Amino acid sequence: MSELRRRLASWDSIIIALTVLVLVIASVGVPNFGTSRNFTFLILDLMPIVLVALPMTFIIVTGEIDLSVASTLGLTSSLMGWFWNNGLSIEMIIPLCVLVGALLGAFNGFLVTGLGLPSLAVTIGTLALYRGLAFVVLGDGAVADFPWNYTGWVTGTIGGGAVPNVLILIVALALIFGVVLHATPFGRSLYAIGANAQAAHFSGIRVARTKFWLYVASGAIAGLVGVLWTLRYSSARADNGSGLELAVVAAVLLGGVSIFGGRGTLPGVLAGVVLLAALQNALRLQDVSGQALNIVTGALLVLSVLLPNVTSSIRATWHRRRLRQAAAH
Amino acid sequence: MLRTHHRLLSAASASLLVLGLAACGGTTKDSSSSDGGAAAQPGASADPNAKTKEGLKIAFLPKQLNNPYSDVETSGGKVAVGELKGEYKLVGPNDASASSQVSYINTLIQQQQDVIVVAANDPNAVCPSLNQARQAKIKVVSFDSDASKDCRDAFINQATTQGIGESLVKMANELAGGEGEIAILSATPNATNQNAWIEVMKKELAKPEYSKLKLVKTAYGNDDDQKSFQEAQGLLQSYPKLKVIVSPTTVGIAAASRYVSSSNYKGKVAITGLGLPNQMREYVKDGTVKKFALWNPADIGYLAAYAGAALASGQITGKQGEKFTAGKLGEYTIGADGEIVLGPPTEFTAQNIDQFHF
Repeated sequence: MSELRRRLASWDSIIIALTVLVLVIASVGVPNFGTSRNFTFLILDLMPIVLVALPMTFIIVTGEIDLSVASTLGLTSSLMGWFWNNGLSIEMIIPLCVLVGALLGAFNGFLVTGLGLPSLAVTIGTLALYRGLAFVVLGDGAVADFPWNYTGWVTGTIGGGAVPNVLILIVALALIFGVVLHATPFGRSLYAIGANAQAAHFSGIRVARTKFWLYVASGAIAGLVGVLWTLRYSSARADNGSGLELAVVAAVLLGGVSIFGGRGTLPGVLAGVVLLAALQNALRLQDVSGQALNIVTGALLVLSVLLPNVTSSIRATWHRRRLRQAAAH
Repeated sequence: MLRTHHRLLSAASASLLVLGLAACGGTTKDSSSSDGGAAAQPGASADPNAKTKEGLKIAFLPKQLNNPYSDVETSGGKVAVGELKGEYKLVGPNDASASSQVSYINTLIQQQQDVIVVAANDPNAVCPSLNQARQAKIKVVSFDSDASKDCRDAFINQATTQGIGESLVKMANELAGGEGEIAILSATPNATNQNAWIEVMKKELAKPEYSKLKLVKTAYGNDDDQKSFQEAQGLLQSYPKLKVIVSPTTVGIAAASRYVSSSNYKGKVAITGLGLPNQMREYVKDGTVKKFALWNPADIGYLAAYAGAALASGQITGKQGEKFTAGKLGEYTIGADGEIVLGPPTEFTAQNIDQFHF
């Protein structure tokens, strides 16, 4: 019973319930929200955020952060345009971009684990560095003439129906990351690192090596999203994805992952992403202005940091009271 | 750490192997055709006598909200939609980025608008969703900054690109006294219209009569007041002999004028370009700016709304040679590639500026 109550009261179940509630209310109350076409648009809008959020969840669970993801995306997008202009085939460009992303992530990982620098400082640095390089590669121009069968695949749906092609990719990657985080010793070791890196180290977990590979994964996924972004908008540009890192961190924190590490679940994060995207989509359909959207998102974030702390202190008070009652009997 | 390096190397070499395999035969720039996905409507034919529909839902999507120039443009659109007895709507992103417009187009499709009037931040990035809109029987009119021509029905051009480029160089030449260094302060590097004007300016400058004018730099203020101000400052610091800054954007010219009028460059460096009379009035009065040019932006929105209504009513389809009437502005004829030209720009000086209020 208490296990059930604990689970019901945990932040990620609150956020999942809230997400379902918003989806239901919007489907009933917002005209054109519950249509299959809007479903496709919604998935396409949240695709970059959800994909980048997967490795970001891992990294934040270990108590670190990667703010360079959007710049990595921009740099791979630029490179994609440059490669394409230089006659490389798209089938070669795509894996190459993912590889470049992984290498950019490895550079972050090396600075954080090899040199022991704080990840916040490192990735703020590479945020600027990678974006700068993106402009070096492609300058201010845009490359647009990517093959229709690839751009069309990214924006298209399975058999012309309601399910976007990219949803397959999202589901597959979310399943892989979910299983790794919640059902493997590796996943458990991430929580151990986040809770207490030193204790994790002494219990035999290779903290530095683990973190290094998380950055590689984060970079590789950002590279992949760079490709998908470029194909979705048929436009390789150095400024692609600007500001995406904040949307991702917002969704991860809203999903119940503690910024201090050691706590949070992937289902919670997925709910956080869907909640933010669905709210924005629904409010936009209601012609709510962009500024108001920012206010709603910001308020949700503040709540997501505030409420878990409030509820946990309330729970602690209850717990103490119950202990006292038990002692009195 | 050593083992890490080994793994990294093996991962890298494995990826390279995959690449090598993929390189043999594949889709390259040369082998792919880029015409896919265009939603042309070949069967449609125009009926010039068709009645203008009432109650049309006409939505404006400028490059970004809260930009004084596009506010004036869309205000003209609002007036026209009122005359047409339609439903006016204004939506748009807070930042002028290429991809943020797409979500708004998608929303307008969902809301089943009849006409979308859009100023594209990137001519290609908006294309897939504009074509989806057209498949959903929505008419697409681009204004101010064109979308790729195969994803809109008509384009409202402020003036011909050639005409604007020529008049910018002519004004710069007069202000420089026929010789010296000039610089351009543009908006975003990808703004279609800005780049087209700059191209014409460069061609004009190559002519013998402008051989003593030297274009030293094109700077970008991103249509952001503060960035434009800093770029203007930077230009004057890097080029001490600079005589004229030509800023073909209302945000840029106002910021550059503000900087020059408050610095000791006042009276030494001339500013010209395309600006709004209301924003430029004080700089014209205090002598910082001798002349600049613009069309009436409210007329662009006005014309775009009428073109959209004519399209949605079936009076025109966007083909060259078709005619329609745009309220108080009179009759217009569609040019090549669905282009509709508003008219020649007006030059504003201390003598006439008080006649204009926008």
